[in-house]
Amino acid sequence: MLTRLTVHELGARFRSGEATPTEAARAYLDRMGALDPKVKAYLTPTADHALAQAAEADARFRSRAPRGLLDGVPVGLKDVFCTRGVETTCGSQILRGFRPPYDATVVARLRAAGAVILGKLNMDEFAMGSSTENSAFFTTRNPWDLSRVPGGSSGGSAAAVAADLAAATLGTDTGGSIRQPAAFCGTVGLKPTYGRVSRYGLIAFASSLDQVGPFGKDVADTALVLQAIAGHDPLDATSAAIPVPDYTAGLSAGVKDLKVGIPDEYFIDGLDPEVEAAVRAAIATLERLGAKTERVSLPHTEYGLAAYYVIAPAEASSNLARYDGVKYGLRVPGARDLIDMYSRTRGAGFGAEVKRRVMLGTYALSAGYYDAYYGKAQRVRTLVLRDFQRAFERVDVIVAPTTPSVAFKLGEREDPLQMYLNDVFTIPVNLAGLPGLSMPAGFTQSGLPIGLQIIGKAFDEATILRAARAYEAATPWRERKPELAV
Amino acid sequence: MAEPKISMKDVDHVARLSRLTLTDAEKERMRRELDGILTYIDKLRALDTEGVPPTSHAVPMKNVMRDDEPRPSFAQDDMLANAPDGSGEFFRVPRIIEESAGEARDR
Amino acid sequence: MSGAYEAVIGLEVHAQLRTRTKMFCGCSTAFGARPNTQTCPICQGMPGTLPVINRRAIEFGIKTSLAINCTVNADNRFARKHYYYPDMPKNYQISQYEEPLAEHGHLDIDTADGARRIGIQRLHLEEDVGKLLHEGSLETAASSQVDFNRAGVPLMEIVSKPDLRTSEEAAAYLKALRAILVYLDVCDGNMEEGSLRCDANISLRPAGAKEFGTKVEIKNMNSFKNVQHALDYEIGRQARALDAGLRIVQETRLWDPDRGHTVSMRSKEFAHDYRYFPEPDLPPLDLPPDWIAQIRATLPELPAARRQRFMTAYALSPYDAEVATSSKALADYFEAAAKGSANPKTVANWVLNEVLRVVPPDDEKAIAACPVKPAQLAGLIRLIEDGTTSGRMAKDVFEKMFQTGEDASTIVSREGLTQVADRSELILVVDNVLTAHAKVVEDYKAGKKAALGFLVGQVMKSTSGKASPAVVNALLLEKLPKV
Repeated sequence: MLTRLTVHELGARFRSGEATPTEAARAYLDRMGALDPKVKAYLTPTADHALAQAAEADARFRSRAPRGLLDGVPVGLKDVFCTRGVETTCGSQILRGFRPPYDATVVARLRAAGAVILGKLNMDEFAMGSSTENSAFFTTRNPWDLSRVPGGSSGGSAAAVAADLAAATLGTDTGGSIRQPAAFCGTVGLKPTYGRVSRYGLIAFASSLDQVGPFGKDVADTALVLQAIAGHDPLDATSAAIPVPDYTAGLSAGVKDLKVGIPDEYFIDGLDPEVEAAVRAAIATLERLGAKTERVSLPHTEYGLAAYYVIAPAEASSNLARYDGVKYGLRVPGARDLIDMYSRTRGAGFGAEVKRRVMLGTYALSAGYYDAYYGKAQRVRTLVLRDFQRAFERVDVIVAPTTPSVAFKLGEREDPLQMYLNDVFTIPVNLAGLPGLSMPAGFTQSGLPIGLQIIGKAFDEATILRAARAYEAATPWRERKPELAV
Repeated sequence: MAEPKISMKDVDHVARLSRLTLTDAEKERMRRELDGILTYIDKLRALDTEGVPPTSHAVPMKNVMRDDEPRPSFAQDDMLANAPDGSGEFFRVPRIIEESAGEARDR
Repeated sequence: MSGAYEAVIGLEVHAQLRTRTKMFCGCSTAFGARPNTQTCPICQGMPGTLPVINRRAIEFGIKTSLAINCTVNADNRFARKHYYYPDMPKNYQISQYEEPLAEHGHLDIDTADGARRIGIQRLHLEEDVGKLLHEGSLETAASSQVDFNRAGVPLMEIVSKPDLRTSEEAAAYLKALRAILVYLDVCDGNMEEGSLRCDANISLRPAGAKEFGTKVEIKNMNSFKNVQHALDYEIGRQARALDAGLRIVQETRLWDPDRGHTVSMRSKEFAHDYRYFPEPDLPPLDLPPDWIAQIRATLPELPAARRQRFMTAYALSPYDAEVATSSKALADYFEAAAKGSANPKTVANWVLNEVLRVVPPDDEKAIAACPVKPAQLAGLIRLIEDGTTSGRMAKDVFEKMFQTGEDASTIVSREGLTQVADRSELILVVDNVLTAHAKVVEDYKAGKKAALGFLVGQVMKSTSGKASPAVVNALLLEKLPKV
């Protein structure tokens, strides 16, 4: 079945002629038709575009001139990426009907690689959330248990890969929005170093924290997608001019003598015992494979959440100021005057979580509060960063749980603060700008995926991927798939 | 240092600054939730950050600039295509009252 | 104002920079395009777009900072300034706040009481906003239309210290600053078109007092004259109010040039909360010292220095030097012509009188486009000096040169505008005139010296103006006593 294959396996079939991109695209589109009414990963499927792109890829394979390993591969994109001519909502009513006249850089790079775009994937509105319940349109379901959330904000991207509704997807991670849904949905998800991948065309949530990253069925696929999108972009002044290494080379080099740090502060009272057990077992596996583990301390971990919930909303309140009904998106009719138009449009167009964060952010930046909140949080950020820098003087990677719990039920976490606690292990990594990956590390008794997080030094995604591959090869987790009746 | 407990007056003020129309129910809920969050955030106060510089970018970069070379602008149609209220070659907005203009005049 | 009060004035100038592209994107800054045709997703603030700094704008900022004696802050940063307005694509303006490009400079101006040094508080860069159009006034229009062509054009904001004391000083400061900006070629200085804008802050205090009074901001002054008139009016208004024991309200007032008064904007007296924070999409600047040094080395001679040099090197009077340096183009023109001539003073006369009759002194483009090139002007002056043509005829020649762009010698030979200086030729004419106007000759001999002028005129008339006035004069003076 074409939809079960990884990107690598699919590419091999294309090259050998056993399958064509059009067949693969159709297979995915059919599966989407059958299953997505249950999973609800897609906001906007783009079947016609996909088939047209697949046909072009067919021709390239026929003339034995494919563009590369992603050519003809069906992928999905979180609806946070601007896609030219295709509705891009960012999960919000305020951008209903918005058709950008340009592609995000990462979208352009995937297109240039020949990838076939199946559609835009559901997400928490403006990437604010940890369950995709904040989407203005509907909630995506966790393919492992349709009564549970897939995580967020890239819930659609994670669910699509888990349910074989795309061969790979792109998401974004500001406080954990790739890693946490990857953990909840049992896929691989990578947040690169800040600046590794261009943010141009990524609808901004928190400018100093947002990063684009891939979801893959396995580590090798994830590395491949990262390769296609990474690298400096002159349109993004925060993108790094550091050369992109070959992420696929050395992937299987193993973890012999790799120094692995185990952070004390990530094994806390609130951690689900099954999650803890799985992560500890994973650490033991790594040791068996030759890694050298040692305890490290990241003492400011608990302050990371608080600092994040000042910085991210502050930047968000600024980035979302442009949604005002003037040039694009929703405008509520019948306003008395300009201010009324602004306020009613934003009041109607933004959901509750977005409004909450905009208010919080505006408050934190307002006159008299800047030093106490934003200024303070940026200093705490330095302390969090220094914790990691100190740890990385002794170890090469840090291994920890991705989340304190597994996927919870829809509607279970209503209190915002409760929801924010989901991100306690992922947020510090964003504050420090470091790369982090989540991958399957087992299942709970009730069959829910558990995620293992691997954190690396800045621009050292290669080591993370190598460690992940070694662990993956030594474990059976990726063979298990959710039982979704077609 | 600011007292993090947030009042209804604060909520009104911040809603105005954010250009958000909130119903009374929303305002009350907002006040409670923000109060909770701000109390949680207050734990940052406990940390001594004397002498600690702020980090605005974890990966330090500087002097990123581009040459003064023109790139083609986008077609007028493309730019106006998403306008909720286009008016020929322009975007149109409703009556601009004094309060709006006040902030803008001060620049 | 009876001298009981002292005015304290500060000026805030916004200059649009003459870069080819906008501050943060590659759209053109050219003036006059159809609405919304010089924009892109970046300057329209579409979702997902990001700014990238235009290096030339920074260069222009550094250049200007050095020219006005500021300290350039190597470490400087852009910041977001938030407020909602339809001409603001992102509802925040990328500007500079706590870490501006430059600070603490000064500009020397000439006033009736001598030279004064006016302090400059800061210089920073920011992006311009779009244009709002509406029928009638802002307050009454039912809707407004927005054109974003101008949004994103680089702006340089220069804030003076409150060192100015009279409206004349304010106008002089503005003129001097404008001249520098134009000399540096960083701004075209066009106040009518809005590439140079000026706002003032003005307060009054009792003469001799140390504390400042309540300041009022004045906007909408779009020429040097308007700046002066607006400030004069405002000084009068505030003085009258203070005399009557009234409190000055801190507010913004618009100058109405038609009615000759300032009008209150009546906005509430709360401080605007711009919620500044460092722009997270732009890494900070740390300007390399050798870049700054390189820019300093390329600074052209500034207006004040050039004025001095014209007075010493070319012996121009202070007034003539001032006019000749009132624009860089004019100064360049004068200097190029003077280099081609042995007589700079004559050149100055011609430039300041004849050339300025046909081109405005501060229109850089018109001067550059003047059909009479400096070398050609020098050529014409040489023809006068060697007697080929007379001063009077030369004026006609100049006009023709302006119309055709041809050299003086070409026109003179083609149109026969050579001066007749040959005594033997002129003697015949002189004799005829003396015969024809015997009465006038009698008047002259009777003591009416002015009759000579009439006779000269008659000779000129018969020679269609081509006779050399000097030779004619000499011949008449020789012959008259003998008639």
